[in-house]
Amino acid sequence: MIPSVLILDIAIMAMLVVVAFAIVRMRSLFAIVMLQGVYSLLCAAWFVSLDAVDVAFTEAAVGAGVSTILMLSAMLLADRQSKPIEMRRQLGPILVVLVTGAALFYAIPDMPAFGAANSPANAYVGMDYIDRTADEIHIPNVVTAVLASYRGFDTFGEVVVIFAAGLGVLLLLGLNGNAGKWRARPNGVNVSSAMLPSAQAATGESVESLANKQSTEIPPAKPNAAKPKKEASKATKGGRS
Amino acid sequence: MFDLIFTHFNYAVVIVLMMVGLYVIFATQNLIKKLVGLSVFQTSVFLLYITIGKVSGGQPPILVESHGGDHALLSEPVLVASAAPVATHSGAYGPEVLYSNPLPHVLILTAIVVGVATLAIGLALVVRIREVYSTIEKDEIDALDYHFNLEGIDG
Repeated sequence: MIPSVLILDIAIMAMLVVVAFAIVRMRSLFAIVMLQGVYSLLCAAWFVSLDAVDVAFTEAAVGAGVSTILMLSAMLLADRQSKPIEMRRQLGPILVVLVTGAALFYAIPDMPAFGAANSPANAYVGMDYIDRTADEIHIPNVVTAVLASYRGFDTFGEVVVIFAAGLGVLLLLGLNGNAGKWRARPNGVNVSSAMLPSAQAATGESVESLANKQSTEIPPAKPNAAKPKKEASKATKGGRS
Repeated sequence: MFDLIFTHFNYAVVIVLMMVGLYVIFATQNLIKKLVGLSVFQTSVFLLYITIGKVSGGQPPILVESHGGDHALLSEPVLVASAAPVATHSGAYGPEVLYSNPLPHVLILTAIVVGVATLAIGLALVVRIREVYSTIEKDEIDALDYHFNLEGIDG
């Protein structure tokens, strides 16, 4: 008789693989971001089955919650649709992934079996923490004891990392509220969606001709340059806040 | 060779997920989809650590109290495998119980939070790139970069 935990594990693993491949196939960024949230939630479910309840809490709250919200807001500020990848661009990555995967599969027999109690990873310092937490920290949750007391300085460093990341996001997106309004003008040329290769395929103009038009004959070029810009923005459907 | 599938299935699944994430990072040109691939890769590494820390028949590493209290429901002792004397705990907190390894859990808790911090930075960079280049497709950004480098800074 197969134990029910194993059935649960197999079901979750199957769903994880399906969701991961769906992320590869999808092109709508909204669907991709949502599937990433689903993937994180499935991981959290498997973490519960693997006895890592604290990690499951964190993954469900941070992985499925906060990072999904972050990605959704970035998607709103950036784009809604990803372009399809040409076949010739896929061959190299597929080769690299297959070779790397084969090498990793070759290494599997060297790893300890799933659930082995005497594997090197499980035998030494982790069990030491379990033995000592009751006497030294006086709380039942060993993970909290290690995180906040035995490895308190590591957790402090983690807080510093989050602070630095928050500071970096603020500096990148602008503290003065001009996020989304700033435009760079390299060589005095306004970068517009009309200059993208996809737009040029539609209008038949090259990047150079468009740029020359904009930079050399500024007053008369405006109606000319504005026309393909409008077409291109219609074609790419770029969402801009 | 065939019985490896039953004892090491977690590694196989983790490797498949990892390679899917790696493929998304390598192949896709969309920067947000690249970041999603990065997070899929990252989560598969978390799964690798947590599955290594799992002890079969074990409990979550929350110590079971012997004298009732909040954890009275958990106090049914799990049968301890004789092969795992190191994994048992017999102290003030009660009968011998087999616990999973708490150390990978602690490492991964830290990694999850740091992963979200790096994701936030990456997404902020994507938003900035979108503001400047009006696109987040990497090949189009490369084409624009090439064009600007040909022109030179002074035009």
